[in-house]
Amino acid sequence: MAHDYEKSKSIALKTILLLAFITVIEVIIALAGKGYIIKGFHAPVMLMGLLMIALSLYKAVKIIFEFMHMSYEVPAFAKSVLLPMGLLVWAVIAFMQEGSSWKKRREFVDDKNKGIEQIKKDDSEQTGSLIKELDESDFH
Amino acid sequence: MATETATHHDTDQHDHHDHHVDMTTADWDGGAPVFKASYGKLMMWYFLLSDAFTFAGFLIAYGALRFSMPSWPVPDFVFRLFPFAGDTVLPLIFVTVMTFVLLFSSYTMVRAVQEGHRENQRGVAAWMFLTIIGGAAFLGCQAWEWATLIGKEKMSVTKNPFGTHVESGAYLDASGNPSDEVFEPGASYLMHHISHHAHGDDHGGDHADDHGDAHDYEVGGIYKEAEVDDRGLIHRKYVVTSGADKGVVKMESYGPKAFGALFFFITGFHGFHVFSGVVFLIIIFVNVMSGLYVERKNGYEMVEKIGLYWHFVDLVWVFVFLVFYLL
Repeated sequence: MAHDYEKSKSIALKTILLLAFITVIEVIIALAGKGYIIKGFHAPVMLMGLLMIALSLYKAVKIIFEFMHMSYEVPAFAKSVLLPMGLLVWAVIAFMQEGSSWKKRREFVDDKNKGIEQIKKDDSEQTGSLIKELDESDFH
Repeated sequence: MATETATHHDTDQHDHHDHHVDMTTADWDGGAPVFKASYGKLMMWYFLLSDAFTFAGFLIAYGALRFSMPSWPVPDFVFRLFPFAGDTVLPLIFVTVMTFVLLFSSYTMVRAVQEGHRENQRGVAAWMFLTIIGGAAFLGCQAWEWATLIGKEKMSVTKNPFGTHVESGAYLDASGNPSDEVFEPGASYLMHHISHHAHGDDHGGDHADDHGDAHDYEVGGIYKEAEVDDRGLIHRKYVVTSGADKGVVKMESYGPKAFGALFFFITGFHGFHVFSGVVFLIIIFVNVMSGLYVERKNGYEMVEKIGLYWHFVDLVWVFVFLVFYLL
């Protein structure tokens, strides 16, 4: 029992130090990528984003499995909690796609209102601009 | 199902039959805990799962709205102030401190749970006390952050004075001519409130450089270098220096409205969780001190349950920190 206690104590300490270290790394990435640390240095936004998302997910896993003791629970129980949470991640990503589609439609309407009639061919399906011009024959 | 069970009863050997009865009665008739965890702990986990759905709803709204906007306020510009540091630009440093406070309180919570497992009343009390201090400190930090955004920078759920330029240009000086203060697409700006502007000491020396001259602005006033709207916010004028609108004089506009609403609702809902967590921690801390859990002899399970909740609050902050402050 005493041995278990010492062991879990050191696991907790290691976990918190790791979490703090990752947080510092994340902030350094966010600031360095925008030229705060090295003047004039800008990292690609996509790369920075993916790195920070990956590090945050790792932090989340550490909190759930070590601090919340999920790795010591029965596997079936862990699945019953973690599978629905996994689906939420999918929902968040799906709705980002939806959001950028709203943006495209709005830009399309703006362009139309300004009289810019250049409908981008690859975008036409997304923006709902596949409108058939009706002529006489369509009414018979 | 019934016929299947009946078949088993008819054909199985006697010992196997006993085992079968154990399976059905022991696990599901209240004899043994399901998933080898107590009812309270299971239900805390499922409550947290439902809470994760609520927060995911918020994050879905955030993601969809942010992706639908042509520009979004840049976090290292919006969150650049630090208490007692005046207008010194310290991007993201304060929210990093907040994150550390919450992480630290999560560690002290783990230690409290561990001391509970070995029935050490004094240890549980001491570590829980530190956790309460951490939670309260986090709430204090958040109060400062909100007070700055609402009181000083005039952000609200319906207006967002943080904007981002989408063209390059040059601000006009007091006589209406382009000044040498130029900006590139992607540069952020904060529209100042007239009350903030009038206090020359807030800005010190750059005041004259910023606006050409130090006259006082009035609500609804129209000046050569700026216009003031009916909310008292100063929209500075600039001349566009590139793109289709080159040469046109424009004026700063509000940033995406959704930013303020999303920020206050998401960090507010999280802060409300921290607040209720602190309240529950205090209640359980008092119970620990009174010796209530010594009598229960269940390894301070109540401390373990509030611990799960507290770590969940930290878990949500990981994502709030990611989407609002880092990305």
